[in-house]
Amino acid sequence: MERTATRSLIALRLIVLALMGLLFLVPFYFLLVNSVKSLGDILTNAAAWPEVFHWGNYEKAWKITRFPQALFNSFIITLTSIVLIALFSAMAAYRLVRANTRLNRILFMTFVAAMVIPFQSIMIPLMQVVRFLGIGDSIPGLVLCYLGLGVPLSIFLLHGFIKSIPLEIEEAAVVDGASPYGVFWRIVLPMLKPMLVTVIILNSLWVWNDYLLPSLILQSQELRTIPIATFAFFGQYTKQWDLALPTLVLGITPIVVFFLFMQRYIVEGIAAGSVKG
Amino acid sequence: MNTKKGSAFMQQLVYIGPVFLFFLAIIIVPFVMGMYYSFTDWNGVAGTVKWVGLDNFKQILTDDPAFKNSFWFTTKFTIVGVILTNVVGFLLAYILTRPMKGRNILRTVFFLPNVIGGLLLGFVWQFIFVKGFATIGDLTGISFFELPWLGSEATGFWGIVIVFVWQSSGYLMVIFIASILNVPKEVMEAAEIDGASKLQVLRSIILPLIMPAITVCLFLTISWSFKMFDLNLSLTKGGPFRSTESLALNIYVEAFTNNRYGLGTAKSLIFFIFVAIITLLQVKLTKSKEVEA
Repeated sequence: MERTATRSLIALRLIVLALMGLLFLVPFYFLLVNSVKSLGDILTNAAAWPEVFHWGNYEKAWKITRFPQALFNSFIITLTSIVLIALFSAMAAYRLVRANTRLNRILFMTFVAAMVIPFQSIMIPLMQVVRFLGIGDSIPGLVLCYLGLGVPLSIFLLHGFIKSIPLEIEEAAVVDGASPYGVFWRIVLPMLKPMLVTVIILNSLWVWNDYLLPSLILQSQELRTIPIATFAFFGQYTKQWDLALPTLVLGITPIVVFFLFMQRYIVEGIAAGSVKG
Repeated sequence: MNTKKGSAFMQQLVYIGPVFLFFLAIIIVPFVMGMYYSFTDWNGVAGTVKWVGLDNFKQILTDDPAFKNSFWFTTKFTIVGVILTNVVGFLLAYILTRPMKGRNILRTVFFLPNVIGGLLLGFVWQFIFVKGFATIGDLTGISFFELPWLGSEATGFWGIVIVFVWQSSGYLMVIFIASILNVPKEVMEAAEIDGASKLQVLRSIILPLIMPAITVCLFLTISWSFKMFDLNLSLTKGGPFRSTESLALNIYVEAFTNNRYGLGTAKSLIFFIFVAIITLLQVKLTKSKEVEA
């Protein structure tokens, strides 16, 4: 009795899992299979395996979206933003923990409180600020916005981590003659590595995939990121699925490859980041 | 003494100065400006700003069916989306913390949609709904697939829900897995020896002990679904006839399509107040249920 119950439970579990796995993978099947069909074949039967492989679809999509340019822009924007966010947040969090003055406690509370503000609540006046500072339609301007928007969460995560580092290590370094800045660069920053990985992972997924902010700031065609180029494509070629699907595959591939290589760090980073949420 | 004070000030400036400037310019200044603009008739062109008092708020609350509609749409979406993503995410985590073959591959599969941005995912699913579902409907004759997907209010709503769950539950799974693995083995074993059933272990041991993770997951999903924008834009664009327009999209349209910036900032302020209240309430409620092993 007991055994059959467990066995049927295991079977049930396997069936649920298999069904779920299928549900998660089927969209990818549709996407990939139809990306190499002619439009006619897509419309007749979207579920069938392609009879003829139209690799030319990819060539056209590559050219229409100016894929290399978009990939390069996305890459530069993401890389610069995450490195600067990580560095500046680490510096600020370090100071906020180690110089526990009233001013710094208020500052930290302000950062934490600001995490509640949704982007849509500030985006309209933000465009005014961007215009006033003269940083519209430029990559440095966009990166500056990401810095402002990204630091509260990053400081919050690093703040919690630094609090758990014993002060004695830094005191020993000072006795050995290290300067206050040297202590941070050579002692503290390397110890922050686990939480910095989390901060970098969370921010890179956000910045890479973000559509709204770059769509408001960047107008020039040569500054387009992957989400913007994809959106612009769909505005121009509606229902041309033989070109739209390869465009989507191209847009998705870089982040999926990144994920498959960095999987361990991403999963650990998310788990670690959420504990402090 | 003086030099020491001076260097402390210098350090404060070097370490916190840059971050503070970015934060001030990008978040605080726009936030305060937004509060001011919400009481004006600003249309985006500088120099023609007139103070109108509470007129914007009056208009939004009494004479704006699209806003009212987007508010109910977002509320419904948040309730359904939060429940479904958390149930699916927890179920996946619960099953995938058991020893079994292919566990890691399955975790990868379930997490994968999450790394792809909402905008691209929305476009992928637009194809699945419009062409894929139609094909499956033709082949199987199941009426579920033959509905006019994304073409009506109901299918638009559920379409966005489906993609949202598909995208987000993997993220929650990761958090739940980490949390379930933290439940002390001895407690589980003791319960099993005492003859507790699987369901009892789940209800009386696992769920109370992973309450912190539940807090985090609820917090995340409420904030994601309440602020949902990308999926909405790429799946339905709010259509048909603005029936599937989220609050975030409604604000966006008001400001950047209708050029009514004053009205848009007033909506933003209302939006912020909602988000703040919900988040604080929810964190307070769930935190009070947390226990320690």
